[in-house]
Formats: sequence, structure tokens, C-alpha cells
Amino acid sequence: MTVITAAGPAAPVRSDELRPRPRLGALTAEAVFIRRSLTHSLRDGEALLMAIMLPVMLMLLFTFVFGGALDPSGGYVDYVVPGIILLCAGFGASSTALYVARDMSSGVIDRFRTMPLHAGAVLTGHVVASVVRNLLATAVVIGVAVLVGFRPTADLAGWLGAIGMIALYILAITWLFAAIGLAAGSPDAASGYGFILLFLPYLSSAFVPVETLPEWLQWIAENQPVTPVIETIRSFLMGTPMEDSGWWALGWCLAIIAFAAWWGAWLFRRKAGRR
Amino acid sequence: MTTAIEVHGLGKRFGRQAVLDGLDLAVAEGSVFALLGPNGAGKTTTINILTTLVRPDSGTARVAGYDVTAEPDAVRARISLTGQQAAVDEVLSGRENLLMLGRLSGLDAKGARARAGELLERFDLVDAAKRPVKTYSGGMRRRLDLALSLVVPTPVLFLDEPTTGLDTRSRLELWAVIAEIAAAGATVFLTTQYLEEADRLADRIAVLDGGRLVAEGTAAELKARIGGDVVELRGPDDEVLAELPTDGTVHGLRAAVDELDRHAASAAPGAHVIVRRPSLDDVFLAITAAGHGRDRNPATDLIASKG
Ligand SMILES: Nc1ncnc2c1ncn2[C@@H]1O[C@H](COP(=O)(O)OP(=O)(O)O)[C@@H](O)[C@H]1O
Ligand SMILES: [Mg+2]
Repeated sequence: MTVITAAGPAAPVRSDELRPRPRLGALTAEAVFIRRSLTHSLRDGEALLMAIMLPVMLMLLFTFVFGGALDPSGGYVDYVVPGIILLCAGFGASSTALYVARDMSSGVIDRFRTMPLHAGAVLTGHVVASVVRNLLATAVVIGVAVLVGFRPTADLAGWLGAIGMIALYILAITWLFAAIGLAAGSPDAASGYGFILLFLPYLSSAFVPVETLPEWLQWIAENQPVTPVIETIRSFLMGTPMEDSGWWALGWCLAIIAFAAWWGAWLFRRKAGRR
Repeated sequence: MTTAIEVHGLGKRFGRQAVLDGLDLAVAEGSVFALLGPNGAGKTTTINILTTLVRPDSGTARVAGYDVTAEPDAVRARISLTGQQAAVDEVLSGRENLLMLGRLSGLDAKGARARAGELLERFDLVDAAKRPVKTYSGGMRRRLDLALSLVVPTPVLFLDEPTTGLDTRSRLELWAVIAEIAAAGATVFLTTQYLEEADRLADRIAVLDGGRLVAEGTAAELKARIGGDVVELRGPDDEVLAELPTDGTVHGLRAAVDELDRHAASAAPGAHVIVRRPSLDDVFLAITAAGHGRDRNPATDLIASKG
């Protein structure tokens, strides 16, 4: 017997299908949102291009334009690479504020919040994607650096230490940008606020030794997170003395993560659902 | 009758403004309920409370048998929301949006793919399936938004002004889909500013004004509240020259016709008389005017005494 199917589209819902949503497995939502954020990163052509162009331009600027004046012997590239890594990572992480603000100001967050899942996983997705994105950007920076004469002296342990430090810094600054994205009223405001953070590396030992700065700037440089992070990376890669920079860097990053996670969770509870 | 949505004395204020002020309502399982009200009446606030997005200041609300503040996750497992603002990911394609929702709703990869395919077809989005949503028209976006709410068809569906801002064709398409969803037995709670929409879709209609319901019933009941038929005097081009509500009795009708006799235009060539049922617009205007303490008229007094 031939089954005659009704012409026209099928019904969107059949009566026997009405049912509660099944329970999600642990971390399923996180995995879905990480994938979503990574897809977003890949499709944001402008940001992707910037992630490659910025390291190249900064590297050329600092080694060929300023480098000669700062260190005529040509060794400046070895000094400046950690600073450029942090500058690029900060820049790359700042788009997290934009992505988070965009989610919060669109209806999409309300859909997630009306489903039986941990809606904060949306933020986890953005944070993890940012860490992945910026570690890749760091690889580009180091690649370009080697091309223009960067010659790190690190062994495997030194490289692992440096990468760990960079990843922790990226994680900390990303969480902070995510919280800024939650605090900002709109995506535009989010990019504006985030900009301030991008200046921190300039007021540190990233580009010139702290001793050469004016006295009041020395105080700022010595008491902000970027300087110990830079000194730690420099020590891992170039074998300069570590002293207590490593502990300060670790402490700063963990403190920033703790603060941003607490502030972010508070903002998320307060903000979601009222626009 | 089983109750799908049950609200008692719901109150919500923003600052000094009491948006909801002792709202009571009940929606039978499997029915379509329309919450009608002008802009700013508190429709979205009501939906936000019922969908666990906003906590009420007072009162209780149960959805699908669970309390929205005490057991939000049990409620969330049984509802879908298509909000006033399209809840779609603009960067992803239509298909990717559906796949993501499928995974978030607990389907496995294969199940999510199959369901996405079905819905793209049903909502006429196959050709646009691979395009980023930011290239979609308003109508396509709404269709995708509704499709996302049906990835796992939940027993209760909330639609906040589902057709506001759509052209007539898209609106008719959406109405057809909503009617099908209701026919499958889902409970549909929708808000609208369009009386025609409520009239077409809803089993019961409630009018929200001043933070509480000022009228509730079937479309026919609401229309009956304003009295009997309306006698219209129309000109040669069918334009309405005079409108007279009647009380539904023979006497009332005769009085209305006598009244029209005195109308100068009734003698004009091409003038004719039509007797029609009152529209929801008549009801709505009468009810909300009463709520705002505007001019008293017999129609609103009638409603007040019957309500
Ligand atoms: N988060 C909020 N903060 C302050 N006021 C709000 C908020 N949400 C809604 N309102 C106010 O509550 C009233 C009702 O809003 P809403 O529920 O969106 O109405 P509707 O959906 O019927 O147009 C409006 O006057 C609106 O300005
Ligand atoms: Mg609204």
C-alpha cells in the first residue's frame, strides 16, 4: 500500500512530542558556548586581521624605529618582546568586553536564562575563546619576533613557565574585560571603558627599564601588575633575575581573577533580564 | 480542567512605579491566552516573571505546576520564550542557531541535526539556512526565533508581541504557525497590542491596564459585555457616518433606527445601514477609558457593573 503524505509543510509540533527539556550533562552548556564563542572569533574578520597586523606593526616599530635610539647595540628586540606580547594580548582580550556587552544587550541572553542551564556558561565561552585566540596571537608575536632577531635563551622549562605566565595574564585580563562588558550599558561603551586598561603596559617596565622613568612614574610602574608579569616572562625567556616578580605576578593575576569573577557574577545577576 | 499557568496577587514595582498591582489570572492547559494592553501596561514584565527572568515583589505564580521563584529550573524545563526582541545569534547562521539550541536542550548531535532540518523546512528557511542571521529580514528573523522555541517542543510557550513590526504576510504566516502549535496541545501565552491578533488566536483574552486585569473572557464574552449589536450608517462609499451601540433587544434596535432617521445623511443617495457585532476595539476602548477614569459613558458603566 502506498502511504500518501499530506502536501505542504509538516506541523512544527506534534502533540505526542510535548515534553520537558531533558537534563543536560555536566559541562555540556560550557562546551556549546565555547564552540559558539570560537566561531564568533573566527568570523570577526576585522579583529582577526588586527590580531595579526598589530604584532607585526608593533614589532617593526619598536625594533627598527625606536630600537636604535633605545639601545644602539641592536639588543632591544630581546628586551621588548615580552612587552609586545602583553600589549597584543591585552588588545585581543579587550574584544571580550564587546562580545559580552553585545550578548547582554540582545535578546539572546534571555533565551539562555529561560532554559534549565547555567546561563553564566555564556561568559565561560567568551573567556575560554579569548584565551585560545590570544595564545595564538602570542605565537604570531613570537614568530615575528624571531624573524626580526629575537633570540631567547630559554630551555623547555623556561618556555613552559613563560607560556603559563602569559596564559594566566590573558585569563586575568579577559575576566576583567568580561566584567567590564557586563558593567557597560552598551557595546560601544564597553569598548570605550576597556581602552584604559590597554595603557597599563606603557606605564611599566615593558619598553624601558623602570629606573629610567621619572620618579612618580616609577612608583606607578613598580606597583602595577604588568611590571612583575613582564619581569617574570623576561626571566623565563632571557634568563634575567626573577627575584620576587614571579610571586607578585601570580598574586596580581589571581587577585584580578577573583575580583573580576566576583564582580562579574554580581553584575550578571543584577543585569540579566532587565534591559 | 488542569491549570497550566496560575497567578495570584502578583505585584512588581520599578522604583516608585507599580507596574503590576495584584495581578490574578489562570490559563487552562492546552489553551491560547492573550494578554492585551497598551504600550507600557506591564505585559513584558508579566512574561518576564512567568519565565523566571524577573522576581516578583509579591504574589505567587505557578507555571506547568511549579512555582517560578521556588523551582525556577523545573519551570525552565517546561517553557519556551520568544521575546519581544529577537533572541537569535546574529553571527551564526540559521542552521547553527538551531543546532546550538538543540544541544542546549539536551539533544545529541544527530537529534539536533534532524530537528534543525525539520524546522528549517517548516519555517521556509532552507535557502537562508547557511547565511548569517544578520543578513535576515525581520520576518525571517521572527520565524527563526519561533523555530528556536520549538527545537524541543515544551508544554508551555510564551510569545511576547510575536508579530509587532511585521508586514501583513509575515503576520499571517506566524498566526498559522501559532494556531498549529496550539492545535498540538501546547499552552500558549501571548501578549499583543493588536485586538485582531487576540481575536484570531486566543481562546481567552485578558485586558491589562493599571497593573491588573480589567476584563477577561472569550472574545465573544468581551464583545457581549459592551451590549448588543452596533448599528452603522454608511455612505455611498461604505464610509461610516454614524455608529450606534444597542442593548441587543428589539426595542434597542428600533430606538437606534429611529435615531438614524433623524440623522440628516440617512436620506442621502447611497446611504445604507449595517448591523454588526461589536468589535474588540469597541470593547478595548471602553474598558481602558474606564480604567483611566475618563468620561463615563453607558458602555463602560455596563462593563463595570457586570465585571
Ligand atoms: N527594568 C526596568 N526598570 C525600570 N522600569 C521598568 C523596567 N522594566 C519595565 N519598566 C517599566 O514598567 C512599565 C511596563 O513595562 P513593560 O512590562 O515592558 O510593558 P509592555 O510590555 O506592556 O509595553 C513601563 O512603564 C516600563 O518603563
Ligand atoms: Mg512589552
